[in-house]
Amino acid sequence: MTLDNMSKGESATITAINCGKELKSRLNSFGLVRGQTVEVEKRSLAKNTLEIIINNMHLAIRSTEAEKIEVSI
Amino acid sequence: MKKIRIALAGQPNVGKSAIINAISNARLKVGNFSGVTVKKEVVQFKKNDYEFEITDLPGSYSLTDFTIEERVTKQNLNSNDYDIILNVVDSTNIERNLYLTTEILILNKKTVVALNMTDEAIKEGVEIDADQLSKVLGVNCIKTSATEKTGMEELLEAIVQTFEASKKETRLQFSDPYEEEISRICSFLKDKNYKSDIDFKTIAINLLKEDKETFQKFHDEPLWIEMQPVLIRAYEHLYLHFNSKDLDDIFNEEKTALAKGAVAETVVFKKQDKNQSTGKIDDLLMNKFLGLPIFLLLMWGLFKLTFVIGSIPMDWIDGFFGWMGDSTKTILGDTELASVIADGAIAGVGAVVLFLPNIIILFIGIALLETTGYMSRVAFLLDGIFHKFGMHGKSFIPLVTGFGCSVPAYMAARTLKNDRDRLLTLFIIGFMSCGAKLPIYVLFVGALFPEEHAANVLWLIYISGAILGLFAAKILKMTAFKGDDEPFIMEMPKYRRPSLKLIWHTVSGQAMMYLKKAGTFILLASIIIWFAGTYPKHTNIEKEFQAKIVLAQTAKDETKARSLKQEFELYKKENSYLGMIGHSAEPLFRPIGYDWRMTVSLLTGLAAKEVVVATMGILYGLGDLKDEDGLEENKGLVNQIKANISLASGVSFIVFCMIYLPCLAASMVFRREAGSWKYLGYLFVLTTTMAWTFSYAAYNITKAFT
Repeated sequence: MTLDNMSKGESATITAINCGKELKSRLNSFGLVRGQTVEVEKRSLAKNTLEIIINNMHLAIRSTEAEKIEVSI
Repeated sequence: MKKIRIALAGQPNVGKSAIINAISNARLKVGNFSGVTVKKEVVQFKKNDYEFEITDLPGSYSLTDFTIEERVTKQNLNSNDYDIILNVVDSTNIERNLYLTTEILILNKKTVVALNMTDEAIKEGVEIDADQLSKVLGVNCIKTSATEKTGMEELLEAIVQTFEASKKETRLQFSDPYEEEISRICSFLKDKNYKSDIDFKTIAINLLKEDKETFQKFHDEPLWIEMQPVLIRAYEHLYLHFNSKDLDDIFNEEKTALAKGAVAETVVFKKQDKNQSTGKIDDLLMNKFLGLPIFLLLMWGLFKLTFVIGSIPMDWIDGFFGWMGDSTKTILGDTELASVIADGAIAGVGAVVLFLPNIIILFIGIALLETTGYMSRVAFLLDGIFHKFGMHGKSFIPLVTGFGCSVPAYMAARTLKNDRDRLLTLFIIGFMSCGAKLPIYVLFVGALFPEEHAANVLWLIYISGAILGLFAAKILKMTAFKGDDEPFIMEMPKYRRPSLKLIWHTVSGQAMMYLKKAGTFILLASIIIWFAGTYPKHTNIEKEFQAKIVLAQTAKDETKARSLKQEFELYKKENSYLGMIGHSAEPLFRPIGYDWRMTVSLLTGLAAKEVVVATMGILYGLGDLKDEDGLEENKGLVNQIKANISLASGVSFIVFCMIYLPCLAASMVFRREAGSWKYLGYLFVLTTTMAWTFSYAAYNITKAFT
């Protein structure tokens, strides 16, 4: 399952990040690293954007990016 | 006196600029969203026999090369142009902040860590044992709060102490397998008697995370041949242990573990209640359905406020400059000098200063959005829509800044790392009407629309400009800027109470910039325009008119004398240099409903948008005849516009001003940020054609309905 499929309030562990080096480094620098726990806090009306919580930090992420993050609940 | 050069580094939005401000009383712009500092700023000050030179590096989450900020920060930290790194850390987000700290510590330079936002951390129940953390990291960690100005003395003391002491070894402890490979590479380098300024541990870590620069350096050394098998073996060990073949992933996991370990050892999270105020506010402001309407309402309220409250001091300023002009004429008599001062300088600058209240209110509003953290929420709300139009949620920040002034807006677009996205945003910023266009709108809306609709029309102007920009973006994205989208990931900071001081700093800075422009550039432009509007003199015709006026006055025909005077004034203006320019350009603008005076005003607006109103003030003879006759007391510019310009022409003029090329200063910044004159050329062609076409449509539609 990927992050963009999670619904509001769910939390899961990151198992893999499947994307190019550049985006991966971006995601990593925000703490999105294998083994970390993420929680979906909000989804925008058209489901284009997600608000997630990782390490007590709130992040806004587009679903096209979220679908590259594999998670397991 | 000893000089200490400090490189200030930290993740975005941890209060780096605020720390500089608190420590040195400088004035750097501070906002509560990422990317306020895009270029490095240098601040110098003296204290306790030391001279401090702080370089404020742009905030970056890690030392990689993907964004301009990261590149600037990495290059600066890798250079040796500083003595000490001051790493600012957000105490409320300590774990994530320590990622960057570990990377900085790997550089093995003298480092001091400022645990900033201590006050907020205490409120949230985050307790950090700074002494213990200092021991774990092997560098001085000092608790500070830039907003409450605490810990600044201690911070300076620690900086001086670290500067004077000899450099200590890094004390970072990676996991056992990682440390094992590090020590293996270190001993290899030692055995080969390798000479380097950088210590072996740092080199080893760089080799293990596949740092390009380090590899390039080794590539040219004979050592390279022997080193390869050592590295290959090290990699294979790591692959096996971490169950991954990606060294970046492995290194990042190490960093995460380090940060986690340091936090576990030194930080206590006292209360963990989820119902923090930020969450509650967000439930409302970022509500699926209410979020956007609330944002639009807030923007509308801001413009309403700008208009209603702004009009009070405007009356005073108007009166003051009117009085100044009149007294100048009374003191100096009816001379050329009096005319250049009163009709040129005072009238021109007065027309600009008049709008200072509006601009101050608008900037207070924007500063509030920035410092509270609402701006990032808006980016979240808008990314869905923006993305559809080919833009990035982050484009919102430069675009909103564009409502204030295009110059900082063009600079803020640097936060977009993808060239195409950045260029696209640069092209669209001009559609967001800048603060200097506000005077034009206020003047025309005030003159052409009933008072009760004024604020609504003004709001409509801004919104339609923005919507037009979105569509222009879509078209540009489909044609000129085709390509992949930039990823959208951004932090949503906690809400912070706006600090009056910060807002005062930002607003007063902006207001001063506006006034300075009025005092220098616009003063000069006003005088030039006055000159072009007064010369050449037509002595013969002047005498003729004078004779006729005297004749009418002796015949006690006041009405005739007055109309003759007006005719005379108009004749003078029309046959001046300015009139000639206007007349020759008029054919181009006649289809969209402008006379020569509007044409000239528009052209002078290419220099600065404030000049448009100033020019109109001069061309429409602001308060020219009143003191002699006493008949027409309130002959302000608004009344002149009402009398001289039709609704259709006025609407067309507003539309043209909405779209056409930004001022000279902004155009130059645009060129710099876009990177080529070619783009400025494109911008000119795009904006001018669009402005003309839309004005043509607006003119004819309005005419059909009136």
